[in-house]
Amino acid sequence: MSTPTSVSEYRKAEQAVDIDAPIGSQPLGYAGEQELLTLNLGPHHPATHGVLRLLTTLEGEVVRDIKPIIGYVHTGIEKTAEQKSYWKVIPVVERMDYLAYYFNSMAYCGAVETLLDLEVPKRAQYLRVIHLELNRIMSHMVWLGTSALDLGAMSLLFYCFRERDNILDLFEMSSGARMHTRYFQVGGVMEDIPRGFEEKCRAFIKRMPRATDDMRALLSHNEIFLHRMRNVTPLDAETLLGLGVSGPLLRAAGNPWDLRKAAPYSSYEDFEFNIPIGTKGDNWDRYAVRVAEIYESCKIIEQALDGLPEGAHIADDRKVVLPPRHELATSMEALIHHFKLVTEGLREPPGEAYYPIESPRGELGCFVRADGSSKPARVHMRDPSFVNLQATAPMVKDSYLADLIATLAMLDPILGGIDR
Amino acid sequence: MEIIRQNPADLDPADFRARGIRARDALRGDLEGDALEKYVEERVLTTTLDKALNWARGNAIFPATFGLACCAIEMMELVAGHVDIARFGAEAFRGSPRQSDLMIISGRISIKMAPIVRRIYDQMLEPKWAIAMGACSSSMGVFNNYAIVPADKFMPVDVHVPGCPPRPEAVMHGVLKLRSMIQDDPAMGWRDRYEARGTEEIIGDPRVAPNAINVFGPKDDTAGA
Repeated sequence: MSTPTSVSEYRKAEQAVDIDAPIGSQPLGYAGEQELLTLNLGPHHPATHGVLRLLTTLEGEVVRDIKPIIGYVHTGIEKTAEQKSYWKVIPVVERMDYLAYYFNSMAYCGAVETLLDLEVPKRAQYLRVIHLELNRIMSHMVWLGTSALDLGAMSLLFYCFRERDNILDLFEMSSGARMHTRYFQVGGVMEDIPRGFEEKCRAFIKRMPRATDDMRALLSHNEIFLHRMRNVTPLDAETLLGLGVSGPLLRAAGNPWDLRKAAPYSSYEDFEFNIPIGTKGDNWDRYAVRVAEIYESCKIIEQALDGLPEGAHIADDRKVVLPPRHELATSMEALIHHFKLVTEGLREPPGEAYYPIESPRGELGCFVRADGSSKPARVHMRDPSFVNLQATAPMVKDSYLADLIATLAMLDPILGGIDR
Repeated sequence: MEIIRQNPADLDPADFRARGIRARDALRGDLEGDALEKYVEERVLTTTLDKALNWARGNAIFPATFGLACCAIEMMELVAGHVDIARFGAEAFRGSPRQSDLMIISGRISIKMAPIVRRIYDQMLEPKWAIAMGACSSSMGVFNNYAIVPADKFMPVDVHVPGCPPRPEAVMHGVLKLRSMIQDDPAMGWRDRYEARGTEEIIGDPRVAPNAINVFGPKDDTAGA
C-alpha cells in the first residue's frame, strides 16, 4: 500500500476503506503534514443558499478540495416544457431561477419570438426593461441580505427585505402576483402598466439609491466584513473565462462583459448606463460590483420611464397573441383565433434559436427547438448559476473553511436554476 | 410644556398604569392586607398544566431554517418587516433540527431530496410539527412530473398552505392555524391519526442500529461500543 500524498490519492484510499473491518487493520496510511478530513456540507445547511451539497476535503482548517454535488432540487422543468404548448411553458420556466423570474421568461419569450420572427412593440420592450431591472435590484437585495446574514450581519436582512417588498408591491401592481408573475408573454407583456405604477416606480427609484447608501454604510466600513471580503479567494479573469463564468463574477475580475452592452436586446441600446467592474476579482470586488449595479439599474429604469413610448403593449399578430377581450363580443374571426390559441396554442415554424440575456448572475440563455407543432421539441436553459458553481473549487482552494462560506455567499448560486 | 404628574392613588384601579404600579408593589412586598388579597384574586388564573404547556408551546414555535426553493424566499419574508412573525413568537429560526419544533417545507421536494427531508424531520424532537408550504410540497404544483414528490407521501404534515408561492401572509395564517391546533387539542389527537408520533431518530436502539453507541442509555446496555 503506497502512502497517499495528494488529495485525489487520498480520495482513492478513502474509498478503499472497509467500514466493517476493525480500525487497526485498515490499509489507510497518510504521510502528509496533517491528516485530511472529508467534511460533508449540506444539502441542508443554512449557509449553502439552497440545497447545495459540498464534499470538502480539509487539512486542518484549510480547504484542499471541494466537490459540489447537485441535483437536490431537480424539478424536470426542461422535460415538462416539452409537454406543454408554447404559451404554457412560461410559468414553468419562470420557476427555474426563482430570484430572476422575469429573466427566465424574457429568455424564453425572446427565443420563441426569434423563431417566429415577431416584432415586439417598442412600449413592450421598454416595459420589459423596467421590470427586468426592478427584478435585478430585487435579486441583488435578496443576495445582499442573505449574504450578510451568513457573515453575521443580521440587521441588513431587514433593510434588504424592506426594499424587496417595495419592488414586489410594484410587481403586484402590474401583474397581480408577487413572485412568478408571468407578466412577459410571447409578443410583449400581458397587460399595460396600471395607473399609478409610474409614480410609485419613480418614488422607488428615487429612494433606492439612498437606501443602498445606507446599506453600504452598514457594511463597507465594517472591520469584520472587510477582513472577510478583501483579498479573499481572488480568481483572475482568464481562469474565470476558461470556466465559462459570466456576470458580476467575471466583471469583478476586470472583464467588462455585459450582454446588455455587448449584444443589446429589448432596446437596451437606448439607455445610458455604466458597467461596474472590479480589479482583483476577490470577494470585495464581487460585493462592490453588485452593489454598484443597483445604482445603474435605477438609472436605466428612470430613463425607460422618461422615454416610455405610446402604443401597444403587445404585438398585433392574431396567430400568436390573444385578441383583445372586447373584440370577442363582435368579431367571429377574433373568437376563432381566441379559441385556437387557447385550446391548441401558437404554432412555431421548425428551427432552432438561442437567446442570451444578462441575468443578475450572468449569461442566461434559452435554447428552443421547434418542430412545427404547437409544443417545443426541446427547451434548454443555459443557467449562469450552474456554470458559475464550477469556479467555486479553484476559488476556495487553499483558503480557510470560513472563507468558503463567504465565497459561496458572494458567488450567489441559485439552486433552482442549477438543478432545473 | 407642563408635565402633569398623577398620584397613583388617584388612578382608576383598572388603569394599566395603576396595575403596573400594583404589580411592582407586590414584587417589592409593599402590598398588604386587603390590597394583597384583591391583587392575588384578579391576577391568579387557575388552569391545568397541559393547557398552560400547550399555550406556551403554541406561542413559542421555533421553525427550522430549512429552505428548498422559491417558497424559501417568501419564508424569509416572514421574519422581515412587513409581516414580522415575531409578533407571534415564531421568529427564532434554528439552524439545527434538534432545536426546532416546526419544519416549513418551503418548496419542491425532488425524489433525491425526499429521504433527506424525512431524515431531518426524524431528527427533530417531540413536540414537532410540519407545514407544507406551497403547491409543490402539497400536490406537486405546476410541475406534476417524474422528479417531484409531495410531502404527504413520506412524512406527516400538519398544515398545508396553498399558493405558488404563497404570500407571506398566507404562511403566517398557516402558522397561526397551527398555533390554534396546538392550543385547542391538548392530546394532539390529530397527530396520532396519521402516525406522526414516535418518529424521532434514536441513537443506539439496538434493534434499529446495532453498531451505534447509545449515548443516552445505561452503560451495560451499550451495543457495539
